[in-house]
Amino acid sequence: MAHVNAHAGSAGKAGVAHEAGHGHHDLESLRLMGFWIFLMTDVIIFATLFATYIVLRNGTAGGPTASELFEMPGVVAETFILLTSSFTGGLAVLSMNQGSRKGLIGWLAVTALLGASFIGLEISEFVKMVHEGATIGTSAFLSGFFTLVGTHGVHVSIGLVWMVALMIQLGRRGITPVTRRKVNVISLYWHFLDVVWIFVFTIVYLLGVM
Amino acid sequence: MAQHTASHGAHEHGESHGSLKSYVIGFILSLVLTAIPLGVVLNGWLEGTAAYVALMACAVLQFAVQLVFFMHLREEKKPRYNLLALIFGIIILITIVAGSIWIMMYNQVAH
Repeated sequence: MAHVNAHAGSAGKAGVAHEAGHGHHDLESLRLMGFWIFLMTDVIIFATLFATYIVLRNGTAGGPTASELFEMPGVVAETFILLTSSFTGGLAVLSMNQGSRKGLIGWLAVTALLGASFIGLEISEFVKMVHEGATIGTSAFLSGFFTLVGTHGVHVSIGLVWMVALMIQLGRRGITPVTRRKVNVISLYWHFLDVVWIFVFTIVYLLGVM
Repeated sequence: MAQHTASHGAHEHGESHGSLKSYVIGFILSLVLTAIPLGVVLNGWLEGTAAYVALMACAVLQFAVQLVFFMHLREEKKPRYNLLALIFGIIILITIVAGSIWIMMYNQVAH
């Protein structure tokens, strides 16, 4: 259905203004590329935060060290939850390409729920650390830790709000060339956050407890 | 296969293809590439430098899996601006991270 709809976007206009239809499509793919370039700038933000964390990670100033502080079961759960949400985000795009609006919104909802449980686990982890006296001001190691992991968490939280807004818009407008591009954009964003988390998981947590 | 054909039929613009099969393969690979480092660290399969190398190799492979199977980087049409931007980003990333580690570990005046 929506597939027909999406094509109506370019094919329907064909009689009147074929050129305009094409221009519209090119604009959407240009926007997708613009978002990709934004992601590359985000790569640079995370590069600086990772570099800071790595050089400061032994500066514990008498406070808790990584291996004393990190509790792996929660972190492993977060990792598998985020990996699964990256997959379900992919299934959402797949549903969209098959023209199923229900499938698209449904998989986006599953993805958002998984993302929310990731954030819930992360917040409870942070709260527990702060209660144990490990705050952002305790040591250079913890400043680097909370800044890096917190920045990732903020990204995921923004993604959640964005995803809910997009689901509402999809409910109203259906799958059009514009909402199609928006789904592609948020899917890229979500997979990107999963990649960042893999490096957080490896460099911060696994190397921390090793 | 029917699904594969459908997804191609519905979408000929080349933004993001992918079939259910490629997503499932990507997901399984990403699970395996998470399980290996967990085994290395929590069960002590490897130690020292070998463990570092195994961990970083799994993370980089995981990155590649996400790029290829989920972000469809290989299906980009020429000219491959996305790939170019990515290579640029990675060069900056390596410069910042490796440069910081190098300076802070080997070039400090006072310890």
